[in-house]
Amino acid sequence: MHAIMRWVRNMRIELDINGEVRELDVEPRTTLLDCLRDNLALTGAHAGCEHGVCGACTVLFDGVAVRSCLMFAVQAQGSAVRTIEGVTPGPGEMSVIQDAFCETHGMQCGYCTPAMVLVAHALLANNPEPTREEIVEAISGNICRCTGYAQIVEAIALAAERMRGANAPAELRK
Amino acid sequence: MKAAPFEYSRAADIDEACALLAADESARVIAGGQTLVAMMAMRLARPTRLIDINRIAALSYIRAEGDAVAIGATTRQCVVERDALVAAKLPLLARAIPWIGHAATRARGTIGGSLANADPAAELPLIAVTLDATLSFREGGKTSDIKARNFFMGAMVTALPAGALLTGVRFPVWSGKVGVGFHEVNARRSDFAFVSAAAQVELDGGGACKRIALAVGAVTDFPVRLESAEAELTGSTLDDAKVLAAMTQALTGVEALADLHASAEYRKRVAIKLAARAVADARDHALGKKHAH
Repeated sequence: MHAIMRWVRNMRIELDINGEVRELDVEPRTTLLDCLRDNLALTGAHAGCEHGVCGACTVLFDGVAVRSCLMFAVQAQGSAVRTIEGVTPGPGEMSVIQDAFCETHGMQCGYCTPAMVLVAHALLANNPEPTREEIVEAISGNICRCTGYAQIVEAIALAAERMRGANAPAELRK
Repeated sequence: MKAAPFEYSRAADIDEACALLAADESARVIAGGQTLVAMMAMRLARPTRLIDINRIAALSYIRAEGDAVAIGATTRQCVVERDALVAAKLPLLARAIPWIGHAATRARGTIGGSLANADPAAELPLIAVTLDATLSFREGGKTSDIKARNFFMGAMVTALPAGALLTGVRFPVWSGKVGVGFHEVNARRSDFAFVSAAAQVELDGGGACKRIALAVGAVTDFPVRLESAEAELTGSTLDDAKVLAAMTQALTGVEALADLHASAEYRKRVAIKLAARAVADARDHALGKKHAH
């Protein structure tokens, strides 16, 4: 059967992107990933496999880690999306988790790194004291071909320790 | 890896979703989209219209209904994973959910989406068949029920009529001394199962099996209950040798799937072992013994 290319109108959506409300016109078939990269120039969300296997496109969707290649931007209407560009406390600074990745060499080529950092953010927001198994489980959907994962697990454990320390009353800090 | 163009409609309620479905036979419903969007990216699916049911509040719930727990079609897998009622009343479902995909896909993936997708290796169809769940769907203004055992007809093929919307599923709750077991073999954690097995048992005061439900997934095109083994084991104390013999008997005649990952012979051999382990786990669980899983 001959496939007919359809012409489909763009749809207007409103998204909270890293704390800023943005209005966009997108074609329905545009994934959230392509919308972030092409419409918003937020290229920290990486396009790896583009069919839900590698995890490199992970973003925080209403606070929860999801694969941005497995949803269409129009579905995100009215939702809050946080990308790696939105985790820093200020320009030129890094989050505690990003710092920990640097210090433990939790990255090599960097392709998987933004997603790994966001998954760590999602994990530590709900579980300030994860076990090694819980960290491994949390990153199990994210493929890294460089590190062998050991330093990534170490980075998340270090970040968890620091964040616990930062939130504890002064007398309990080491 | 870009989907072909399609129209997009965000349905406000069940009736609107049904009307949109009825109006276009090439339209598809999108719930969590964790399979459908990937299929569309690879252009294995090219719907003319996507009907998004994610915002229909009436499809997202977990509640006790008589002797069952009812779960709405768009209830996220991650919500079911953490739900106290499910943990207390549907221990087999609670045991199996963490095996579905990864945390990031369970965050979007839904109960109804996985059932309607009917992947032979999926966990939710296996649990629905094991527990004799009832699925509800809406079509032409009326709601109908179908048993899970009649719902799955082939790989990615169900008895859901064209134009019908799956709305929810009811899992019967067992009472008494109940134990559950679940096992799966795959290439990587959370990858597709080569073989999976689920068992739920109820023991009497003397430790004999009053009731058993047992099924295997990924072995054939859809999950199968091992009814002959269930009959054989009811009334017994489920000792290991008897369980293994019953599994061997029940699975010998089954024509197993073969693919790149696993031969039919492998699948059958592993299914026998996993089913036996699932029953042993369920027995020990019901007896209050600590077990490895």
